[in-house]
Amino acid sequence: MVASLVPTEDEVMLRDAARGFLSESSPITAFRANRDAGRTYDPGLWKEMAQMGWTGVLLSEEAGGSDMGHRAAGILSEEMGEVLASSPFISTAVMTATALKGAANDRLAGIADGSSIYALAVDEGAKHAPLRTALKAEKSGNAFRLSGRKVFVADGGAATRVLVLARTAGAEGEADGLTLFDIDADRAGLSRTAKRTVDERDHAQLDFDAVEATGDDVVGEVDGGMAAIATALNAGQAALSAELLGVSAGAFGMTTGYLKERKQFGRTIGSFQALQHRAAHLFAEIEITASAIANAGRMLDESPEDAEIAVSIAKARATRTAKLAVSEGVQMHGGIGMTDEFDMGFFMKRARVGAEWLGDYGYHAARVAKARGF
Amino acid sequence: MSSFSDDLDLFRSEVAAFIAEKCPQKLKDMPASARTICWGGKRFEFASDEQRIWMENAASVGLTAPRWPVEYGGAGLSRAQEKVFREEMEKAKAPSPLESFGLWMLGPALLAFGTHEQKLKYLPDITNGRIRWCQGYSEPGAGSDLANVQTRAEDKGDHWVVNGQKIWTSYANHADWIFALVRTDKDAPKHKGISFMLIDMSETGVSTKPIKLISGSSPFCETFFDDVTVPKQDDGTSRIVGELNRGWDVAKHLLTHEREMIGGGGSGAAGGILGGRSLGAFIDTLDDHLMEDPIIRAETMELEIDTLAMGMTMERYKDMAKQGGVGHASAMLKYSGTELNKRRYEILMSITGSEGVEWDGDHGTLAPEWLRTKANSIEGGTSEVMLDILSKRVLELPSS
Repeated sequence: MVASLVPTEDEVMLRDAARGFLSESSPITAFRANRDAGRTYDPGLWKEMAQMGWTGVLLSEEAGGSDMGHRAAGILSEEMGEVLASSPFISTAVMTATALKGAANDRLAGIADGSSIYALAVDEGAKHAPLRTALKAEKSGNAFRLSGRKVFVADGGAATRVLVLARTAGAEGEADGLTLFDIDADRAGLSRTAKRTVDERDHAQLDFDAVEATGDDVVGEVDGGMAAIATALNAGQAALSAELLGVSAGAFGMTTGYLKERKQFGRTIGSFQALQHRAAHLFAEIEITASAIANAGRMLDESPEDAEIAVSIAKARATRTAKLAVSEGVQMHGGIGMTDEFDMGFFMKRARVGAEWLGDYGYHAARVAKARGF
Repeated sequence: MSSFSDDLDLFRSEVAAFIAEKCPQKLKDMPASARTICWGGKRFEFASDEQRIWMENAASVGLTAPRWPVEYGGAGLSRAQEKVFREEMEKAKAPSPLESFGLWMLGPALLAFGTHEQKLKYLPDITNGRIRWCQGYSEPGAGSDLANVQTRAEDKGDHWVVNGQKIWTSYANHADWIFALVRTDKDAPKHKGISFMLIDMSETGVSTKPIKLISGSSPFCETFFDDVTVPKQDDGTSRIVGELNRGWDVAKHLLTHEREMIGGGGSGAAGGILGGRSLGAFIDTLDDHLMEDPIIRAETMELEIDTLAMGMTMERYKDMAKQGGVGHASAMLKYSGTELNKRRYEILMSITGSEGVEWDGDHGTLAPEWLRTKANSIEGGTSEVMLDILSKRVLELPSS
């Protein structure tokens, strides 16, 4: 039985609860205060999310989770996006929880109780390209020695552990010969450099200088790292798409609110057809993207091995819609939309970073095109 | 009483057996591109005996209007049964037995607004394919501003006298009857003086003139009413659907219906040149070099993403409609679906290049189909009217 794309009662309740919690614990003013204080990570908020059970949304009950599934994870991400709540949710509770599915429960317990924060160290260049991994893991006896650089590692500053994709065999560009390691973020030889990004969130560059890893640190099979990480990346891309849908909705809500308030030429500006039609077009784009997000969550829950196209449609649509929502948002606000005092800029900056993370529009469009036969 | 079982599994085997036995094999063997629509009506010429036989067989058990009540010529099926019926038809490659404006538009309007007598009189003739209807809405001075209709029906006691002109009347030259918006009270505010009237087109004074479109075909007509006498009642059955002067309510109801239908045309597997194939499958039939241009490739990828997402949106909205309705947001389906379809054809024309511009080239009817799509965002309410509806009714932006 294929589930409907309309939310179930449980999902509606989850959304309401998330909205209620976030409006208390993480309104946009909280993000602004963190930004002003130079904090890219809010440990208090993360602890509360763990208490709410969000960190265990994809973990089994035996592992201390609630096993609510990817649609639920998408709902939480979307709500976080709408108020710009910043947390390692996607890195840890979505991607790592998916990658480590089936691992020993003690490793997952740290995710469930919020004590472990994971970062995924995948990309080495300016664009998402897991297969272009060059970071070397040289075999020495039963152990490995990792050397190389990872960039744009989300939550890399606050992380207590790192999932790192390294090359154990094959050449750059090949899927075979990649291996996924799960290592302590403070392991000798691993240095982390914080990078300030426009969205004011936690991003780091990770330099590996002969970092030691053992066979126990390997997730999945040696040389089979892509298989170990593929579904996790899909899950992360779907959750990030949901976050971007929330970013779009947040920016759009601000914009329609402003259209109903602001007066010029003696009229409310929302009465001008030129602006009405732009707002209505944006509404249509957001609605269509919302369908793609719901579908991606459904596919990940029902048949994760076939979810790739659904996820890429979601990420491509979400990226484009968020860009449109924030640029229209600034334009329809006029000058005030350009001020730091106003929140619209926060949406714009998060949309830009979210557009790049885990694959940009072109990356996902190409995946769809390939799967659809051209 | 329906001729079929309520139990879904039983129903599936019954309806499959019905299709196997009653739909002639020749129709099932016909490629989709060679099929022609069975419209029905007094003047309709069936493409083949088989087409007529299948229509008559389906009509005999109400399957030309699966969800309409049995007493009005339908099969009285539930939504789930109808879905099963469509699935079995697709499996057997059986074409739709009958399509018409009566089935799509007048029927739903009568079911929602008509009296029992009107339903008994008009609906069975629709399901049996005996009468073909056309829709008389737009006028030269009433396009987007539809409520401005000026075709007048004067009250002459036991009958009306109708004068005026309709335009964009689809297939009026093939139709037997017309359901038309006419002004029955010229002094009332414009929305309050319109009635939804049923007119026999064989009456003296009704004439039609096809309009040749840029695509070369003439699916639309001008329809003229010159002192046409319309009885107020036939044996006690009124020629007005809904209340007198409240025809706008009926029209609005139908327009919403129409919008969802046209929006649907923009999603997923389109008819026409694609004939149910995916874009990728169509491209496979072309020379490889046609897809080498990076700009065409990029546009095609974007189209494919939007097509698939629109399909998901149609699915989501259908489910929302079942659970309580989508209201004015259906204007989004019409707006986005038709704009997408226009984009699809622009890209198909780009891909096929100089082959695509031939009237009778390798790509068959691509060129006229491309031209025809330009009307998608005009008919049934323009894109701009849809955006007006969304901004006022859904986003609740101020109106002045």
